[in-house]
Amino acid sequence: MFIYTRPAYQFCQVVLQGYLDEQFYQLEELQDESSPNFVEEVVTLFFRDSSRLVANIDQALQKYPQDFRRLDNFMHQLKGSASSIGAAKMKNECTSFREFCNKENREGCLRSFQKVKKEHAVLKQKLENYFQ
Amino acid sequence: MSSPRGPKACGGGAADRQIHVLAVDDSSVDRAVIARLLRSSKYRVTTVDSGKKALELLGLEPNVNMIITDYWMPEMTGYELLKIVKESSALREIPVVIMSSENVPNRINRCLEEGAEDFLLKPVRPSDVARLCNRMR
Repeated sequence: MFIYTRPAYQFCQVVLQGYLDEQFYQLEELQDESSPNFVEEVVTLFFRDSSRLVANIDQALQKYPQDFRRLDNFMHQLKGSASSIGAAKMKNECTSFREFCNKENREGCLRSFQKVKKEHAVLKQKLENYFQ
Repeated sequence: MSSPRGPKACGGGAADRQIHVLAVDDSSVDRAVIARLLRSSKYRVTTVDSGKKALELLGLEPNVNMIITDYWMPEMTGYELLKIVKESSALREIPVVIMSSENVPNRINRCLEEGAEDFLLKPVRPSDVARLCNRMR
């Protein structure tokens, strides 16, 4: 039996705005009486990891600006986590960043990273509202 | 009462003969998701965050019915782990499934040639887990 502890419309709002995709819904489907806080737990893990990775990338862009491999490595991890929770917009910005990395375009990386950080911050707020 | 391993009875089985899956992934998010996916099909799941820890565990507890591992991990990739398992006389019978967020045909082929049972694209879905059911040792 699936126990819905929050209004369905709230979830739909976030999805409709494009922030979250089908994968988030899949996580919701995995939540049940035996694992009643599963979604919140995964989201918490995500923000713990993503905050660390964002800080790592920030630092790498300052200290090792030509080390595109290092940047791509961090962003690969960040993108992977974003994808696992269904963070569609953030995932797309991560992809853009990796494309700039591939072309060794530092300016592009810097611009793109601002967008990644912005999507990350917005997502955090949306999900905080969602779990209230 | 023994349970047949047909499609209807697919899943982790009763507590006394529960199927044990070892999940290897350096991402805590992905470990949580794969563990939940497997446990909701009643498998017993152990998660570790590296190939090295996977091998340590396999050395202590050989009763693992399947290994499911991420491809890209620091220090030891899932492919390297696969090779070690398949080269080990003690471990080679354990089916190994590789997961990756990237759809790279060469990578997939290499893993399958090395003896991987299956290759799953992340994010892993319940239908992927259902598909693995018949491949457990």
